[in-house]
Amino acid sequence: MDQKIITELRQAIGADRVSTAPEDLAAYAYDGTWLETQPDVVVHPQTTEHVAAVLRIADVRRIPVVPRGSATGLAGAAVPVPGSICLNMARMNRILDISTADTLAVAQPGVITYDLQKAVEKLGLFYPPDPASVYQCTVGGNVATNAGGPRCLKYGVTGDYVLGLDVVLAGGHVLHLGGRTIKDVAGYDLKRLFIGSEGTLGVVTEITVRLIPKPKAQLTALAAFPKLADACQAVGNILQAGVVPLVTELMDSATTKAVEDFKHLGLPTDVEALLLVAVDGDAELVQREIVIVADILRRSGARDVRQAKSAEESEALWEARRSISPAIARLARNKLGEDITVPRSRIPEMVARLHEISQANDIPIVVYGHIGDGNLHPTLLCDRRDGAVMQRAAKAAGELLGAAVALGGTLTGEHGIGVFKRDHIREGLDANALAFMAGVKALFDPNGIMNPGKKLPA
Amino acid sequence: MAIYDPTPGQQVFGPSLPSYDDLQGCIRCGRCLPVCPTYGETQLETFSPRGRLSLLRAIEDGKLDITAGVEEHLYHCLDCRACNTVCPPGVHIGELIVAGRRAVEEKYPRSPAIRFMLTNVLTGAERAEVLSAPLRAAQGVKLDRFGAWLMGPVPVVGPKLRELVEFAPPIGKPIRRELAPVTPAQGVKRHRVAFFLGCMMNVVMPDVSRSTMRVLTRAGCEVVTPRGQACCGAPQDDQAMLGLSRDMARRNIALFEPILDEVEAIVTDCAGCSAALKEYVEWLHDDPAWAERARKFCAKVRDVTEWLDAIWPEDLALRRAPVAATYHDPCHLANCQNIRTQPRRLLGRVEGLELRPLPDSHPVRCCGSAGIYNLIHTPMALGLLDKKMADVAATGAELVVSANPGCLLQLSWGKRRSGQKITIKHVVQVLDESM
Repeated sequence: MDQKIITELRQAIGADRVSTAPEDLAAYAYDGTWLETQPDVVVHPQTTEHVAAVLRIADVRRIPVVPRGSATGLAGAAVPVPGSICLNMARMNRILDISTADTLAVAQPGVITYDLQKAVEKLGLFYPPDPASVYQCTVGGNVATNAGGPRCLKYGVTGDYVLGLDVVLAGGHVLHLGGRTIKDVAGYDLKRLFIGSEGTLGVVTEITVRLIPKPKAQLTALAAFPKLADACQAVGNILQAGVVPLVTELMDSATTKAVEDFKHLGLPTDVEALLLVAVDGDAELVQREIVIVADILRRSGARDVRQAKSAEESEALWEARRSISPAIARLARNKLGEDITVPRSRIPEMVARLHEISQANDIPIVVYGHIGDGNLHPTLLCDRRDGAVMQRAAKAAGELLGAAVALGGTLTGEHGIGVFKRDHIREGLDANALAFMAGVKALFDPNGIMNPGKKLPA
Repeated sequence: MAIYDPTPGQQVFGPSLPSYDDLQGCIRCGRCLPVCPTYGETQLETFSPRGRLSLLRAIEDGKLDITAGVEEHLYHCLDCRACNTVCPPGVHIGELIVAGRRAVEEKYPRSPAIRFMLTNVLTGAERAEVLSAPLRAAQGVKLDRFGAWLMGPVPVVGPKLRELVEFAPPIGKPIRRELAPVTPAQGVKRHRVAFFLGCMMNVVMPDVSRSTMRVLTRAGCEVVTPRGQACCGAPQDDQAMLGLSRDMARRNIALFEPILDEVEAIVTDCAGCSAALKEYVEWLHDDPAWAERARKFCAKVRDVTEWLDAIWPEDLALRRAPVAATYHDPCHLANCQNIRTQPRRLLGRVEGLELRPLPDSHPVRCCGSAGIYNLIHTPMALGLLDKKMADVAATGAELVVSANPGCLLQLSWGKRRSGQKITIKHVVQVLDESM
C-alpha cells in the first residue's frame, strides 16, 4: 500500500491507531477458520468519526476495507483480502445505555455478547441471542452475520432484537437507522439490509437492541432415540402439545461416540440420535413443562429419557452438549463446520444424505445441531496438509450444500456465506434475487471497497 | 482465495521452535480472548493468547521473521495460564508461549542483569539470602529512598528505581537459619512432610513461612527441611532459561529422593513454587534418566493450602474477631493447579471470618504481579492492579487473603496506591492467627 495512504490514515485518526508492523499484519490475518490473508494495514478506531474517516480515505483511494470484531466467524467473512485495511472494531467496546424503562440496551459493536448478557441480567433483563461463541464474539459481529444459536426456535435470532443501528458507509456517510421503538414503519427498513450483510455494505458503529424479562428457571431432559426420524418427530409433537422448548439439540451417533470417547459420561452410543430438550420460564411452569416434554419424548420412541429435577441436574445433562467441540477437535487435524438449514420435516432425509456424502467421498462427517429450527452442523473432518483429502472435502462440502438446497433448505443458517460458501450461492439463491442484491451492494458501496469478494458471487 | 488448497506446512525449522503440530492445535476459536488479562486491557489481537500463538505459527510458516516485536509480544504474556483453562481443544497455550520465548532468546537475549540474578543469586532459598542483609540495612537507614531521590532526575533508571523502592516490602530475617532438620509436631504426630522453601518466602516473607511452620506442626505434621534446596526453577523457566530451570528440577529431585518414601508430601507455601514443582514431570518428560524420578517427586508435591485442607484435624478450631474478607486466587494456584476450593474451605473454618466473593476468579484475572512482570511491564501491571483493587473495594472486605508472595506484594502495592484500609495476608497467616 502506498505510504501516502498510511500517512493519511495516521493523520486522520491518530498514529497509534494505525499499524503496519509485521506482527500486526500476521495477527490480523485470520478468523475462526483456517484461512489466512495478511492485510496491508490494521486500524483500531474508537469512535464513529474514526470509522467514517477511514472509510472516506479508503473510498477515495479505492482500498478494500475488511471489518472484524473478535474474528470468531466460521465462513471467512472477516479474513482480510490482499491489499486491504483491516478495521478492528474490538476497541469500540462500551455499553452506552441499558434502559429498564424502555427495556433496551445501546452498545458499541465491539462489546462481547456475553458481557452484554451479564450486564442486562443484573437488571433482571434478558438478551437471548447466544451463538456458541457467546463468550468471545462481539455484538457487532453478531449483527453482521445475523448470528443465531440454540435458543432461536423460541427466541429468534440477533436480527429479531435489533431496533436501531448507526452505520458508516464507504465514503464516510453516517446513517441513523431505526431507534428506540419496537414499531417503526417510517421509510424503508434499511437496517434489515445491514443485518447479516457480513461487512459488505457498511460498518455498524452503534447498536440498539430490544430486551425482554429474564426467565426465572430452566430445566432439561436428555433422550436417546434409536431412530433419528423419531427425534425430529418428537420436536414437532412437543410443539403441538403447546410447549415451545428453549433448545432442542441433536447429536448423531458419530458425535455421541466422539463425546463418549472423550468424556466417558455413560451416553448410549448404539442409538441414532441423542436429543437434549430444555424449557425455560416461571419456576412452577418449567417443572410442569419438563414432565410433559419427557412424556412426549418417551411416547415418540425414545429409549432412555433422563429428566432433570433441579438446575444442578440440568447442568449435568448439558455436559454432553458442551463437550462436542473439544471432542471433535481431537478426531482430526482440521475440521470444516457447516451450518445448513432445512425444514424440520426434512432433517431425517438430510442426515441420510450426509451419511451417503460422507461415505462416497471418504470424509468423516459428524452431525449435530439445533433441530427445532432445522439448523444442522455437519462437521467435515479433514487434514489440510493432505491435498487428496482436501479435494474430497471440497467435493463433499459442495454436495452437502446442494443437498440442503434440494430439500428446500438454505446454505447457511447462522455462519454466513463469507468466502467458504460464496461459490455455491448461485445454487442457493434465485438469479433475479441475486441481481437485485448486486444492485443493493452497488447502491451503498459504488466503488466496491467494503469487504469485496465476500457474501456475493465474484 | 483457494480455500481447499493444501497448506505447505512448516517452512522454518529450528531446534528451539515450539512444536508446529502443537501450534496447529489452536483452532482459532478465540475462546481465550475474553479471559486474557492483557487482551482485556488492550483489545489487541497481538496481546491475546490466540495472537501470540499465531505469531509463532507465522514464523514457522515462513510468513514472519523473529522480530523485536515478536519478543515484546511474547513477554507481554503474564504466564497466568487463564487461557489454558478455557481452551476447547485443550492446547497448552502458556507452555507454548514459554517455548516461543526460548526461540527468540538467541536473537534477543535477556538482559545481563536478569541473567546474572537468575544464574547466580535467585538459585535457591539459601543463596538468595545474600540479598537479605544488604537490603535490610539499606531500608534501615532509608538508603533506598535516598538513592531513589538521588537518581530521580536520571531518565529511565530514576523512575524505575523509585518504583522498585515503592514496591519493595520491608525485608525480614530469613527463616531458613532457624529451621532444624526436623521440626516435631505439636501434640499428636499424625503426618510427616517435607518443607520446600521458596526463595521469595525465605528472604522477603519469612514471617509467612513462620506461620506455615506453626500451622503445619499444630495440625500434627512433623516437618523435615532438607538443606541445600535449589530454586523451584519457575523464574528461569519464565525467562526462557530452560536449561537452568531443568537443572534446578534435577537438583531438587535428587535432594528430596532419599526422604521421598518417608514423607507423605512435599509442602510449599508459595503457589508459584508448587506449580513449578508439579511441572517437573513435563519439564523432564523427554529425559529418560529423569522422567520416572520426576514423576515420583511430583506425585508428592502439595501446595500448603491443598495439604492443610486435606488433613485439617476436625478438633483444631479456628476463631477470630469478626471480619469481612475476600480471597484472591493466585493464577499459579487456581489456573495452573485447579486449587480453588481448598483455600476457601480452610478460610471457611475460621469462625468470625465472612468470605465475600471476588469477581473474575474462574479463571482468575491476574493482579499483574506475575513474577517480575510488574517491574518490567509496569504500566500494564498497574492497569491490572487498579482493576483488581476496584474489585476488592467493591466487596467491602477489610481483609484480603491470597496464597502467593507475588500476589501479596502486588496487593500491598495496590493498597498503597489506592489508600484502601485493608489488611493483606497469606492463608496460613489467617489460620495461624485464628488458632
